[in-house]
Amino acid sequence: MAGIYLHIPFCKQACHYCDFHFSTSLKKKDDLVIALVKEMQLRKNELQDEPVETIYFGGGTPSLLSVQELKSLIAAVYENFKVIADPEITLEANPDDLTEASLVGEQSKTIFEAYKGIGINRLSIGIQSFFEEDLKLMNRAHNAKEAKKCIEAATAIFDNITIDLIYGIPGMSNEGWMQNIETALSFNIPHISSYALTVEPKTALEKFIEKGIVKPVDDEIAQQHFQLLVDTLKEHDFIHYELSNFGKEGYFSKNNSAYWLGKKYLGIGPSAHSYDGLHRSWNVANNSKYIKSLQENILPSEVETLSTVDRFNETIMTGLRTIWGVSLNKVKESFGEKYLEYLIQQSQKYIEEGLLEIDNSNPSLPVLKTTAKGKFLADGIASDLFLLNLQ
Amino acid sequence: MKNIRNFCIIAHIDHGKSTLADRLLDFTGSVTDREKQDQLLDNMDLERERGITIKSHAIQMEYTYKGEQYILNLIDTPGHVDFSYEVSRSIAACEGALLIVDAAQSIQAQTISNLYLALENDLEIIPVLNKIDLPSANPEEVTDDIVDLLGCDPEDVIPASAKTGLGIEEILEAIIERVPAPKGEPDAPLQALIFDSVYNPFRGVETYFRVLNGEIKKGQKIKFMATDKSYFADEIGTLKLKQQPKNIIKTGDVGYLITGIKDAREVKVGDTVTSTENPCVKPIEGFENVKPMVFAGIYPVDTEDYEELRGAMEKLQLNDASLVFAPESSAALGFGFRCGFLGMLHLEIIQERLEREFDMTVITTVPNVSYHAYTKKNPDEIIIVNNPSDLPDPSKLERVEEPFIKATIITKADFIGPVMSLCIEKRGVITNQTYLTPERVELSFDMPLAEIVFDFYDRLKTVSKGYASFDYSPIGMRPSKLVKVDILINANSVDALSALVHMDNAHTIGKKMCEKLRELIPRQQFDIPIQAAIGAKIISRETIKALRKDVTAKCYGGDISRKRKLLEKQKKGKKRMRQVGNVEIPQQAFMAVLKLND
Ligand SMILES: Nc1nc2c(ncn2[C@@H]2O[C@H](COP(=O)(O)OP(=O)(O)OP(=O)(O)O)[C@@H](O)[C@H]2O)c(=O)[nH]1
Ligand code: SF4
Ligand SMILES: [Mg+2]
Repeated sequence: MAGIYLHIPFCKQACHYCDFHFSTSLKKKDDLVIALVKEMQLRKNELQDEPVETIYFGGGTPSLLSVQELKSLIAAVYENFKVIADPEITLEANPDDLTEASLVGEQSKTIFEAYKGIGINRLSIGIQSFFEEDLKLMNRAHNAKEAKKCIEAATAIFDNITIDLIYGIPGMSNEGWMQNIETALSFNIPHISSYALTVEPKTALEKFIEKGIVKPVDDEIAQQHFQLLVDTLKEHDFIHYELSNFGKEGYFSKNNSAYWLGKKYLGIGPSAHSYDGLHRSWNVANNSKYIKSLQENILPSEVETLSTVDRFNETIMTGLRTIWGVSLNKVKESFGEKYLEYLIQQSQKYIEEGLLEIDNSNPSLPVLKTTAKGKFLADGIASDLFLLNLQ
Repeated sequence: MKNIRNFCIIAHIDHGKSTLADRLLDFTGSVTDREKQDQLLDNMDLERERGITIKSHAIQMEYTYKGEQYILNLIDTPGHVDFSYEVSRSIAACEGALLIVDAAQSIQAQTISNLYLALENDLEIIPVLNKIDLPSANPEEVTDDIVDLLGCDPEDVIPASAKTGLGIEEILEAIIERVPAPKGEPDAPLQALIFDSVYNPFRGVETYFRVLNGEIKKGQKIKFMATDKSYFADEIGTLKLKQQPKNIIKTGDVGYLITGIKDAREVKVGDTVTSTENPCVKPIEGFENVKPMVFAGIYPVDTEDYEELRGAMEKLQLNDASLVFAPESSAALGFGFRCGFLGMLHLEIIQERLEREFDMTVITTVPNVSYHAYTKKNPDEIIIVNNPSDLPDPSKLERVEEPFIKATIITKADFIGPVMSLCIEKRGVITNQTYLTPERVELSFDMPLAEIVFDFYDRLKTVSKGYASFDYSPIGMRPSKLVKVDILINANSVDALSALVHMDNAHTIGKKMCEKLRELIPRQQFDIPIQAAIGAKIISRETIKALRKDVTAKCYGGDISRKRKLLEKQKKGKKRMRQVGNVEIPQQAFMAVLKLND
């Protein structure tokens, strides 16, 4: 089973915190769509008939593409790869692209009906906050009213909806954050992704904080927000299945889960990464170079081969973020007894400190997991459990 | 023999010794154009990076003068006060010395101290006035200074520029005309002085020697007199830029010897090489044992590397006879070595060389000088305290003595005030003040050694805007008010962080140490209190706040590689940390006390 990710590298305007690859000029949109199709054609044999379970439009802002363009890309997936009968097809969308104004084609059809019509069955909406001041601070393209309206409209057509929310925004109180969570819950959607605001290097946000225009992000507040989030969503039957992802039973993101479970995926588009179980490759993060290369039938990508140690480390790193943890049986099978011994010995300290636990609820399938207390420290712990390649 | 000249180049730091050596090598055609580079003899990475000479370096040149062929053995020496031991060993292999004086800076503290070392060994001194090309050069005045110092004729001072090459021919002429040829008995039994050695991982120990009497032949059976061990002279030769194997090295000449010795301890600098079959009667008077000034513990970051560290230290010692060490153990750090150093630069360099040349990551503990303690029970018995943990319990302690030095500082008259304040702050007492010239003053202080080993140099340079130089010699032990400041991390006392300090400084130092450690120790999953204490009394406290968040919000397909690499880098960083109790302490935190004023 495999997933296909399509990267749509355009945005209306740059959010202040964002370090993804995108361009705010839509000039190359047509060429890009052609290039995406070309890339799929060139890589059609890479999945070796392994059936595609999920298709994911990410970005950037995929909702900047027309329904027609999205339709042609989905068609290209079907043409070049074997797809299972009922694949999960997700579209990331921003509220400002999903307003009433964006009626398409036949009079009465809303954008949501149009999306549904081309096979999209899961919407991921970039809400981030329901407060005007937060949206301004982050330079989002939509306003608070659009945020609420578009979810309302979306729920009329889609049931599999997820929204993004950001916490730990400078100035955001615990009460404000709780209101955001409650507003989100009021729409009765089955999935929420929620991220701590992160100050990435070389972003506008970093500059503003340096200059004192924006208050620095406070880890302690972020941690409180995280706790509120975890507790509240739990009360509402959400399962906290990955550090930043909460879904009701049956509504986890299949596409994203694949990343954490070490499944194969094909990333199409500039800056997209692919993984085949042994190698990871990534495309050039530059729209013009990407388009030009594909016009010349050349894949603009680099590859690295993952060593056993690399794969072990990735298993730990992703595993500790998820509800599935790190399966000790799998470590033994994939890497050997030695690795398992090392892992258990190295984890001991964290188990004693109550940051890790071995879940024996299925005695034949023991799993190493972060505890509620350890989750927000998962990277530091993972790093400590890593092995180092011998140079 | 009459055509051999052995000489060294001595001076204050940075007066241009190594650059002058470059010019001599060029002028005599001893290096090819391709081999040429600035300060060619400074061939250690550390020397090149820091732009200073750390080790003496011998090299042989050939030169034709008035139709005759001469062999000139040159030894370039370091100028930094920590390495004066290198200078004294080089001097023992020579009959003459070029005393270099910077024409802009004139006579400085190590000009004088190195000159005296040479005079004690009856070396012929050739004064060279270097850097006369500098716009700030003061040739007439500085020549007068030199004449005053040496009691020579102004004509004996050779004006030169190691930069432009001016005066090089005159220097070579003076070496041949003024430095005496070596004396010695060619027919006597072999007697050669080991003045240096290096460890070569492929060829074992390389011994550098100077033949005083007799000669040494390739393949000959030879004996080291101090260890009384015999070897075959597998390879001998002269020290050109590359070693040049020879069949014989004769009386008066300098060369290298390889015997296949792999164990560093078998070769002692200062030892005498003789023939096993026909030994000389007496060994050459060797070198005085070097007296270390500063002591610190050196521990492997990984406890399992203890034996490997010992091997590395032994090999380093071979390159650097002034390094001394003895095993010790610490509750916090396990097994390691208490090491003696000539000064802080020396300590720093040993630590770096261990890292670069032997791939040994080490923890160096808070340095201290060597104290004498006396207990009430046994008031006449000296307890030598080279390690804070050696200090007897305050309740049992009768008195403590600390080493004092005579500090000689030469500075411009304008800076007497600030230099004086600095020395008084460092518990110095002025004993003498002499005007060398109307602008230049020599100040003498009696000072505790402990006050000058740490940041004194840097402070002196700052307060004098670089116009002060400094030399010192020990003058014995004096009573002191010493206390041990302990550091507790997460309520555990960490012996490796304890420091011996003067009572009057204890509170300030304790406070600054806590602050520095708070900066240097990374946040962990819990709050970490850091306390400084004298005995049971806490004198300062800081807290490292617990890490609240240590996870990236997103980890999707495109993030995994980058993130893994980042965490791997973190993991590597952790290898440089030592776990004490349940706290990870980075290597550099153990030296925090040295950086208190940064
Ligand atoms: N202008 C000028 N600069 C010189 C001259 N001789 C040396 N220098 C410079 O002075 C600095 C120190 O020179 P070195 O030859 O390294 O001095 P040194 O005496 O060997 O120094 P240590 O070995 O560290 O004691 C370098 O930057 C040289 O380029 C000279 O005759 N004229
Ligand atoms: S819309 Fe998304 S991808 Fe575009 S700048 Fe904002 S956060 Fe980044
Ligand atoms: Mg030098």
